[in-house]
Amino acid sequence: MLIIPCPYCGERPELEFSYGGQAHIDRPLAPSDLSDEEWNSYLYVRANPKGRHAERWRHIHGCARFFNAVRDTRTDHILATYKVGEPEPEIPA
Amino acid sequence: MFESRIASPFAGESDAIASLGPIGRAVLRCREADIGSISDKLGIALPRAACRSESNGPSSALWLGPDEWLLLHADLQDDWVSRLAAHLEGELCSLVDVSHRQVALAVQGARAAEILASGCALDLSPRAFPVGMCTRTMFARAEVVLWRTGSMSFHLDVWRSFARYVEALLREAESEN
Ligand SMILES: [Zn+2]
Repeated sequence: MLIIPCPYCGERPELEFSYGGQAHIDRPLAPSDLSDEEWNSYLYVRANPKGRHAERWRHIHGCARFFNAVRDTRTDHILATYKVGEPEPEIPA
Repeated sequence: MFESRIASPFAGESDAIASLGPIGRAVLRCREADIGSISDKLGIALPRAACRSESNGPSSALWLGPDEWLLLHADLQDDWVSRLAAHLEGELCSLVDVSHRQVALAVQGARAAEILASGCALDLSPRAFPVGMCTRTMFARAEVVLWRTGSMSFHLDVWRSFARYVEALLREAESEN
């Protein structure tokens, strides 16, 4: 089982968490101004990197808060976690 | 009075696993800036530190999240939550009576942590989970609130419909040596 550091509660077992998809996707301020292609891109098109990925997680069976994590998709190592609203941390290679 | 009206879902009693009977419960949510004034009006300091609890007489406040607390009252009184709400008049917060949503078990004795560890992935050693620590977590497939009330005693709050499931697994762990 993965141990995931919740920014509020500290290290917790993976089974307390749920995954929330790619992080840092802003909802368009004026959706009706978007073309179909732009709306499609906002709704459905996601990065699928082999390596570092900033993503949303929720400590649903703990403090219940959403937060962001940087995870390496090759190794499943969680490199950093941080609160919603904070910028993605820079992590040396 | 309430004891005679509310059926306990639990099947048995033992030294290590016992029903805590009907208790009052409410979920309070508020903004960080209002924690101080709401604590004053409740007469109990809402913990700001993660997974910590505060008690004052029969009342306790358990941190569940940075803006969420479970308030407990040792005996169930019909008007407890409405009295709390009256104290909080003018405050911007949410206070929901959940007294009957959950039921509570005491898990106690020298094997308490070992019995709980059969279904809970947290480190329950006194260093990692000291007296006064509380948290939502999972026991097997059921969400619970686990609160360490003493070095060898835990309060386990579970949704009423999961009570028998959790109790049966705890009793199975208790029966293993
Ligand atoms: Zn958490």
